[in-house]
Formats: sequence, structure tokens, C-alpha cells
Amino acid sequence: MFRGLLIRELDAIGTQSIGIVALLSLFMGAVICLQTAHQIGGWIPVYTIGFTVRQTMILEFSPTLIPVILAGKVGSNIASQIGTMRITEQIDALEIMGVNSAAYLILPKIIAGLLIVPFLVVLSMFMGIGAGAWVGVASGVSSLADFEYGMQVDFHVFDVFYALTKTVAFGFILTSVSAYHGYYSSGGALEVGRSSTRAVVWSVVIIMVTNLILTQMLLN
Amino acid sequence: MIELHNISKSFGDHDVLKNIDASFERGKVNFVIGRSGSGKSVTTKCTVGLIEPDQGHVSFDGRNFTELSRRGRKAIRQEIGMLFQGSALFDSMTVIENVSFPLKMFSGLSAAEITRRATECLERVELADAGARYPAECSGGMQKRVGIARAIAMNPKYLFCDEPNSGLDPQTAIIIDQLILEITREYDMTTVVISHDMNSVMEASDTIHFVHEGRILWRGDRSGLIAGGVPELEEFVFASDLMRRLRKAGQI
Repeated sequence: MFRGLLIRELDAIGTQSIGIVALLSLFMGAVICLQTAHQIGGWIPVYTIGFTVRQTMILEFSPTLIPVILAGKVGSNIASQIGTMRITEQIDALEIMGVNSAAYLILPKIIAGLLIVPFLVVLSMFMGIGAGAWVGVASGVSSLADFEYGMQVDFHVFDVFYALTKTVAFGFILTSVSAYHGYYSSGGALEVGRSSTRAVVWSVVIIMVTNLILTQMLLN
Repeated sequence: MIELHNISKSFGDHDVLKNIDASFERGKVNFVIGRSGSGKSVTTKCTVGLIEPDQGHVSFDGRNFTELSRRGRKAIRQEIGMLFQGSALFDSMTVIENVSFPLKMFSGLSAAEITRRATECLERVELADAGARYPAECSGGMQKRVGIARAIAMNPKYLFCDEPNSGLDPQTAIIIDQLILEITREYDMTTVVISHDMNSVMEASDTIHFVHEGRILWRGDRSGLIAGGVPELEEFVFASDLMRRLRKAGQI
């Protein structure tokens, strides 16, 4: 039964978020490319465009902003789903049957978050960098060779490790904080709405603070 | 038999339950009645452990439920079926999945046996054809019957029904009352029904506990209920014009 629940959550958190992740990543990669091209003058090499797109996507946009977006999409969904189950006594029904409701409802979501958010972030990195390369070449601000060279300049594998470490932490935060707010909902529909809002706000706040702490810890 | 010993519960400064003593007998439909806010739902939630009492304990056939660990309670909870006021069906599951759920979690039966048992339960509540529907596609009365089917799926020893007739028309309410009465006899269960519906009380009760301002003010049966003697109880029973007319006409 747990495997079935996990697969359902992987679908809900992961597969159903690919669209929004793709949309944001493609456009952000393309915009970063054009903005960098606009900023560099004659004395800054063109390969800087590829370098900047790669660093921005790998270090910050994909690992931090994608989880923030997911906190809005997935987090509010988790909080409202569990909150509705609370106020309609479905959680009480689980408890009466002898089911550990927190483990049954929350654990699959947290494990799915830990597994699928890094996957979405890696997908975002590839899409953003790919879109940057395509727009750079299509708009004529960079050749493909310059972009590829910039992508490889001063590349450290540790940057990807750093990004994925943050991502795993953020996957845990966005699922657990949202589930907590949903699980402790009370009252009626209005309160579920408030729980959903609180879940998103607190997830984002905690992700931002954790981002600062992890960056300090991992890059020093 | 379920016994409540000296149960008290407060929320902040508000004493909701005050030294409740009650016993609910096996094979009988035991009603807990009272006005809204009198403490009857809190009594039930304390009984099944959804709310921890501040004082006192509950025993199920001599087993002290209140002092048990979570694991110990789990064993007793698997002997409990509960019908909730709003049915509390899992809305992401079909009717048959709802009924199968406790079996999948705890019975250890094969998939085929689970389906057979769930179908039996649905047949028992005359909903054999509704298995593929989702709760949102069922009427209020059907949802209550599915709730009963789910509650009896594990052959429980104890059945709790919280306002089983709320939101139902009088005819459907009678069907639900009759069903609760029949399955109580059939499964020889200890059934506890929380209600403020006098029609239900007259239709299905074997024993009655009247809760008023957090205390059990009166206990007895239908005939004693009508005989009166306790002003608060009389006020509750004869609150409706119909009941007053029936008493005036000597019909009850």
C-alpha cells in the first residue's frame, strides 16, 4: 500500500509539476542569456554568456527558485488536501481504524518530495541552459561554440553537489511544512484556506533562511 | 461492554464533561442524547481516544483503554467501527475502495477475499451496485450506508455512530436507524449512538443516556424517557410541537 501511495505522490508532486518547471526554466534561461549579452561590453569575452547562464541556473535559480515555485503549487495543494481531510473527519476515521494518520498521509509526501524535487531541479538546469544556448544562437548574441566554451569554463562538480544538497533540504521543507499546516487545520473551509496560505508563506520563509545557512556552510 | 469511569474534560476554563460515569451494553443500541453543546460528542471522542480525558478512564470489556500505549490502543481500535456525522468517506477513493480500506490495512486477506468481503458489506447495506462510484456521486443517505458498510467491514465488536441521521430526510433516517439496529443484533455489537433526534431515539434505542451541561443527568429506556421526572429531560424530549401534541393526545 505504501508503494502505491508513494507513486501517487511522485506523480502529484513531480510529473504534474513538469509543465510549470519547464515553462519557468526555459524562459529564465533565455532571459538570463539576453540580459548577460546586453551587459557585457567589448572587453568582456562572449563566452561569459554561457558561463553566466550555467552558474545562475545551477547555483541559484534551479535549486532555490524552483522549490519556491513548488512551495506555491505543491505546498498549497498538500495543505488544503490534508486540511480538508481534517475538517471532514477523514483523519479521525483513519485514527479510529488504528491507522497512524500522520505516517499514512504525510510520510509518502515527504519521501516523494525528497526523491522528485532534485529530479525536477536537474531537469530545470538542463532546460534553462539549453534555452539560453538556443536563444543566444538564434538572436546572434553568441555562437554555439562560445556558449559551449563558457558553459565549461571553471566548472566545478562541487557546484552541482551543492545545488542538489540544497534541493533535498528544500524538498523536505516544502512537503513537511505544508503537511504540518494542513494536519493541524481546524474549523471550516476558511481555516483550510488560511492553512494553505500559511503553508506557502512559511515554506518560502524557511527555504530562504535555510538557503542562506546552507550556502554559508557549503561554500566556506 | 464499554464503561466510562469518572470522565472529565475541560477546554480552557470551560468544563465540558464533569465526572461522567456510563456503561454501554453489548448487543444493544445505547443512545447518548442531549442538546447541542451538552458534551455528548466530546463524550464519544473521549471514549474512542480522539480526545484525551483530563480525568477518569474508559474500559472496553474490562480493558483499560485510556492507560494503553498507542500500540495497545491500536488493537482495540481495530475492533471499533465508527460512522461519522459527515460520513468521513475518503473522497479520493471509490465506494468499494472505502469499504476495502480497513481490510487492506489490517486483515491480511488476499485481494480477492477483500473484494468479496467488501462486496458482502455493501450488499448488507443494499449498495451492491454503487461500488464504482465516488462518495461525491452518492446521496447523503447512500454515504451514511457506505459509512456503515466500512464500519462493519472488520466485524467490529463496538460501533459508534455520531449523529447518524443529520441531514437526512425522515424516511431515509428511519432506514439508517433500522440498519443500525439490525446490524447491532446481527453482529452482537456494543453500539453507541450520539443523537438529538427524538425520532431516532424512539425508533432504535435500547438504552438512553441523557447528557446535560457535561453530566449524565438521566439514564433509562424509551418508556422511562416518556414518563419523565427530570425537568431538563422533559424540556428536551418535548421540545417539539409534535411530541407535545402526542403526549396531550395520550399517544405516548
